[in-house]
Amino acid sequence: MRATPKNLLWVCLGLFGLLVVALLIGLGLGTVSLTPGQFMEWLGGELEGAPAIILGQLRLPRLLLAGLVGACLGLSGAVFQAMLRNPLAEPFILGVSGGAACGAVVAVLIGIAGLWGQSLLAFGGALGTVGLVLAIARRRGSLETSTLILSGVMINAFFTALIMFVISTTSDQKLHAILFWLYGDLAAANLPKVWLLLPVTVLGTAVIMFFAKHLNLLTAGGMAASTLGVAVERVKLTMFLVVSLLVGVTVSLSGLIGFVGLMVPHLVRMTLGHDHRLLLPASALFGASFLMLADTAARTIISPSSLPVGVVTAFLGAPFFVLLMARRGSRWW
Amino acid sequence: MLAADGLSFAYQGEPVVAQIGLSLPRGEMLGIIGPNGSGKSTLLGLLCGMLSPQSGSVELMERPLADYSRAQVARRLGLVPQNAELASGFTVRETVLAGRFALMGGRMFENAQDRQAAAEALELTGLTELQERRAGELSGGERQRLALARALASEPQVVLLDEPTSALDLKHQRMIMELLERACAQRGLAVGLVSHDLNLAGMYCHHLLLLSNGRALASGPPDQVLTPELLSRAYGVEVAVDQEPSRGRPRVTLRASELS
Repeated sequence: MRATPKNLLWVCLGLFGLLVVALLIGLGLGTVSLTPGQFMEWLGGELEGAPAIILGQLRLPRLLLAGLVGACLGLSGAVFQAMLRNPLAEPFILGVSGGAACGAVVAVLIGIAGLWGQSLLAFGGALGTVGLVLAIARRRGSLETSTLILSGVMINAFFTALIMFVISTTSDQKLHAILFWLYGDLAAANLPKVWLLLPVTVLGTAVIMFFAKHLNLLTAGGMAASTLGVAVERVKLTMFLVVSLLVGVTVSLSGLIGFVGLMVPHLVRMTLGHDHRLLLPASALFGASFLMLADTAARTIISPSSLPVGVVTAFLGAPFFVLLMARRGSRWW
Repeated sequence: MLAADGLSFAYQGEPVVAQIGLSLPRGEMLGIIGPNGSGKSTLLGLLCGMLSPQSGSVELMERPLADYSRAQVARRLGLVPQNAELASGFTVRETVLAGRFALMGGRMFENAQDRQAAAEALELTGLTELQERRAGELSGGERQRLALARALASEPQVVLLDEPTSALDLKHQRMIMELLERACAQRGLAVGLVSHDLNLAGMYCHHLLLLSNGRALASGPPDQVLTPELLSRAYGVEVAVDQEPSRGRPRVTLRASELS
């Protein structure tokens, strides 16, 4: 699809519609079933008691957080793929999420409680990992698939070890929560988390969208981008700072949710093409719907128990990754 | 338009380009020729500002190249490197439109003028029919023409090309050289091209610069540069030079070595 203002509007409207549908499905489904009548009462502010609490204080914040996290992950995946010129790049696979998780765990360990402190250290962890990945990529101009996967595996192995070390020193009753968080869990969602992530998401999306044209050229390569007028180093630095922030805050609030950044931009590219002016907003909106639905599935598949949402995304994402890797060398990149 | 003086560049202590001066006036085509490793591509890198010279200077439109931002350079100078980087997933049309980047400034979307320039660049390079194809699906020659189209879309006053015809068949070799020639004559474009094809360079360039070991061995009109003496000094082989039939430009033929 050609990147024109009209097409952008249509894409955004369409995906916004999907988002509303995903929100309604997420509000409606769950261990406690609610009738449409109750839902309408709730919208009118007339519903009281347990159902109102379930909708307003459990499902709604959880869905909103899922939406914001999904948007951040979808966007980060698209940006990483363009900057590293590798279709398999994604925060989780690169180890950036692992670095952020490590930062968040360290925050807890050294007693920096509170959302802001954890998010800040997670941002630091993500930034450090991005720096490491860049140092590896810099030698080649782009990150080859084998290097990307191997460095990601090693970075993740290191951080997992570090996190396990920290976990080993904590008390047993926290284990379940930490373990769920490591697999990416939205059960602890609440409105303060939403209010923290919302401005970060809006700001990050705005900055990334501003650089959509730059990313189009960087997808070709640093040399081409530079000769066509992009201040490559400055743009890359800005982009990596912004995605580190998105991934860091996201991970500290929701844990390690993998593969969203891989699947979402790819599915968007298959339908809308590669132009970042459409790809970026579409990845954010579709990522939001995607994670809302994935989390609804995580809540309902083994109801009354629930799964960490990262389990659902990994069930979908890991086969997707293998499929993409098998097709690597085909003409999409 | 583009002028260089006393350019020197060393790579890990080894001089690659030494004391080269040249000028690329409006409406002229300069061919940079020389054997492998003589510093042609490095010189091109210095001229477009991708490499910084250790000594000497490059001036683009009477201002030092170093004073320009990348976007300012891109509005004036187009570069077509040998293996141009293209994003395989982008269509031909999207790739050429992306060449308008430096002219679009803060605008998010292309306007009619941008689309017009892109359409012209596609037409000139014979890619109009292929515009909805993905760059990754193109042949080597088509990719080469696409890289040129992307550079032309930014309507530069100077174009530098590295081996623009190396992957092209005869028909497209002539197409590219003649489109550059026309742009020189009609729009006053200044063209600098590196070529291994001495005959093609001799046939279309106004001036040739013959490099050998990073130094300028000769510079001037083709018939003064493409001589058996200079070429055998530069390339270390015997050649015969006569006139080609279409324009009477020098034609270089390799002499086989004696069978031993």
